[in-house]
Amino acid sequence: MAMLEIRNLSISFGGLRAVDDFNVEVRKGCLYGLIGPNGAGKTTVFNLLTGVYKPNEGIITLDGQDITGKRTIDINHAGIARTFQNIRLFKDLSVADNVKVGLHNHMHYNTLEGILRLPRYRAVEKQLQEQALELLKVFELEAEADVLAANLPYGKQRKLEIARALATKPKLLLLDEPAAGMNPNETLELMNTIKFVQDHFDMTIILIEHDMRLVSGICEELTVLNFGRVLCQGATNDVLKDPEVIKAYLGE
Amino acid sequence: MSFVQYLISGLSLGSVYALIALGYTMVYGIAKMLNFAHGDVIMIGAFTTYTVCSTMGLPTAAGVLAAVVLCTLLGVCIEKVAYKPLRKAASPLAVLITAIGVSYLLQNIALLIFGTNTKAFASVVSLDAIKLADGQITFTGETIVTIIACIVIMAGLMLFIKKTKAGQAMLAVSEDKGAAQLMGINVNGTIALTFAIGSALAAIAGVLLCSSYPSLNPYTGSMPGIKAFVAAVFGGIGSIPGAFIGGILLGIIEIFAKAYISSQMADAIVFAILIVILLIRPTGLFGRNIQEKV
Amino acid sequence: MRMMAAKIKSNRILRSNLITFGMVIGVYIIVQILVAAGAVSSLVRGLLVPLCTYAILAVSLNLTVGILGELSLGHAGFMCIGAFSSAFFSKCMQDVIPIAGIRFTIAILIGALTAGVFGLLIGIPVLRLKGDYLAIVTLAFGEIAKNIINMLYVGIDESGIHFSTRNSLELNLSENGVVIIQGAQGITGTPNDSSFTVGILLLLITLVVILNLIHSRDGRAIMAIRDNTIAAESVGINITKYKLMAFSISASFAGVAGVLYAHNLSSLSATSKNFGYNMSIMILVFVVLGGIGNIRGSIIAAVVLTLLPELLRGLNDYRMLIYAVVLIAMMLFNWAPSCIRWREKIVYKLKSGKKHAKGAE
Repeated sequence: MAMLEIRNLSISFGGLRAVDDFNVEVRKGCLYGLIGPNGAGKTTVFNLLTGVYKPNEGIITLDGQDITGKRTIDINHAGIARTFQNIRLFKDLSVADNVKVGLHNHMHYNTLEGILRLPRYRAVEKQLQEQALELLKVFELEAEADVLAANLPYGKQRKLEIARALATKPKLLLLDEPAAGMNPNETLELMNTIKFVQDHFDMTIILIEHDMRLVSGICEELTVLNFGRVLCQGATNDVLKDPEVIKAYLGE
Repeated sequence: MSFVQYLISGLSLGSVYALIALGYTMVYGIAKMLNFAHGDVIMIGAFTTYTVCSTMGLPTAAGVLAAVVLCTLLGVCIEKVAYKPLRKAASPLAVLITAIGVSYLLQNIALLIFGTNTKAFASVVSLDAIKLADGQITFTGETIVTIIACIVIMAGLMLFIKKTKAGQAMLAVSEDKGAAQLMGINVNGTIALTFAIGSALAAIAGVLLCSSYPSLNPYTGSMPGIKAFVAAVFGGIGSIPGAFIGGILLGIIEIFAKAYISSQMADAIVFAILIVILLIRPTGLFGRNIQEKV
Repeated sequence: MRMMAAKIKSNRILRSNLITFGMVIGVYIIVQILVAAGAVSSLVRGLLVPLCTYAILAVSLNLTVGILGELSLGHAGFMCIGAFSSAFFSKCMQDVIPIAGIRFTIAILIGALTAGVFGLLIGIPVLRLKGDYLAIVTLAFGEIAKNIINMLYVGIDESGIHFSTRNSLELNLSENGVVIIQGAQGITGTPNDSSFTVGILLLLITLVVILNLIHSRDGRAIMAIRDNTIAAESVGINITKYKLMAFSISASFAGVAGVLYAHNLSSLSATSKNFGYNMSIMILVFVVLGGIGNIRGSIIAAVVLTLLPELLRGLNDYRMLIYAVVLIAMMLFNWAPSCIRWREKIVYKLKSGKKHAKGAE
């Protein structure tokens, strides 16, 4: 069964149909690419998936559960986590604390236990620290655990956002242009990291990306959006050969 | 007193609030700061006219002119010395607190010069009251002048912003300081001009406020300043017609609350209505609701 | 290695907190010695409890402004509610609970709870607003609270508590009835339970609760909301819950400060000086001057700015003028980017100068 199923998803802003009759099925464990020219509606699809916008029409099911029109936090609890095109870190918190905020709903002690520093506070905080460092290690950020997020270099900020999203233990991870602003070496490194995340956490990932080497290098399936509509859908190699797609990207 | 008469006093008070709020809203819209010292500039304006007219015995026009000139200079100086260095500060609260410091400063300067005793301000308006319906309804000269001044100034400001180059520059600066700078607009000059206009308006507002309510002391400007701030928020901070309508509404609500409910409760009622309005319209009546892009 | 780094970080936080506690306790001991030696003027002695009050107010407002990142101009309103609810209780129970310690402890809890509940009630509708709009609404709330208390008459007799908004006659009290809150005159004859020692204890409790809250799971969530609300939501943080938590805890400590304030005076009335927006602004000045989010700075700023006018008393008429100038100058010095660069340059020069001197040796 598909991890994510979207049927007839549409949303309009004013008179503009930003996403128009969008359908997709992403199977579990798949690394799925969402590509298309600027303004094609890719980020809008992510915003619809994460409850930032409510769709005008359509149904979204995650692992068999209907999540259409739910609130952002409920959708996160249901199992979708994301990163943002314009990085949104908790910039005045340390790198480790950013990840710990992601772990928030998975490790509990109550307010009183925190204020009075009861044994459970100590135990859980220790676990939190261990898990946060474990995740940071995946992204080679463990040395910067105590650095303020705002002081990280750009590429590492993007990685930290992925680490934070993963900390919420999602079923589906949405990455919005993770390689934006990276140089070719960093992109290559990021490609390997994303692949590692897919294998290591058995993660289903949808990726918005403009870097074609990254897309063709790791995405198994693709959807191409153009003017809010699906232009082409299928296995990566087939899609990239499609004349319609080439036309949309390169012009005639 | 009749309902109509209350309405008229409401309009009169409201147009004073509106005048102050216009200055508030301009400064907020362009410099993006709450100028807590605005109310005290009003007080300085009124004291200037008082000194020139009552103490020195010069004609009214000279007193008003002196107030406008002094307040304009004062506004520009305050901006240069106290606010400009903090424009790029790490937190917008820094300039807010400095504005509070300026407010204390102005109050204490006035206190040193004029003492704590409340002065009786001689009205600058020599227009006779108009009586209608056999003297049942009275428009005092002050009311008429304040309302007219308020409308004229609002229209003037809107024209200024729409039609002149400096006005267009103000709009550009209020949208995006960085982009305005890149387009060759003198951002510092534009903000200074905004403070100059805002403070000149404050001077006029101070003179008219004290003409209608003739008690003047170093704290005269505080409460009207806060009320005008409320009025500007009512209308949506940054919106010129919003400040006008917000001010008028606030004045009418306050007078009606005093007349029909309880004079002690009037302020509480005004503030309660403000809260209700903001809960229904989180950015005021005419405020723009800017959603953060994700 | 990594575990060590983590240890170092938690040690750093611990040390910083300990310095704050040590500072408060140290000042307490020194003041007690000076008082015992008779070296403290009655004027300064009279300021000791207000100093604790202001410090608690500043620390608690910092939770809203610095940690939650929302601007509140209504802190004095919560203080007012704490003051009146607790003074009402103490006045009623003066004869019923003669042991001051027990009575005052309950009074503190009542003040904190009432203010906290109001924080929650106000916070639910209001915290949806942003920035300056939230500021003006909280200011409005504070003014309403002050205004309503000013016209409230409350009396008590065998049949229970009576309210009126007009005058004490309308309370219809029986012969044994007592008027407790007398409109604009407020409450007179509240037992003087506050002392410097109690004030310091309450300040320490405030510090423990707020500092530990900040460095806990909840504190991280609150700061995440401050830094990026949209991202916090996307990782499943309940925005409303944590905003309300910070706001109402902040309010309840303002209530505690109110309790301390009320029980330090023989008569308590709500004026624009003690519970008006001017007071809220004053507390905000402490917070911003001490460093937004810097708890220790809040205390220092509260103490310095409260003592400053007293130290300048010799200058009579000029003191508040100088106070204003000092405030503006300190703000510019602390916050203006050009001043910060200039300061860094000086520090750098001093440091490199030292190095050179060492090298020469």
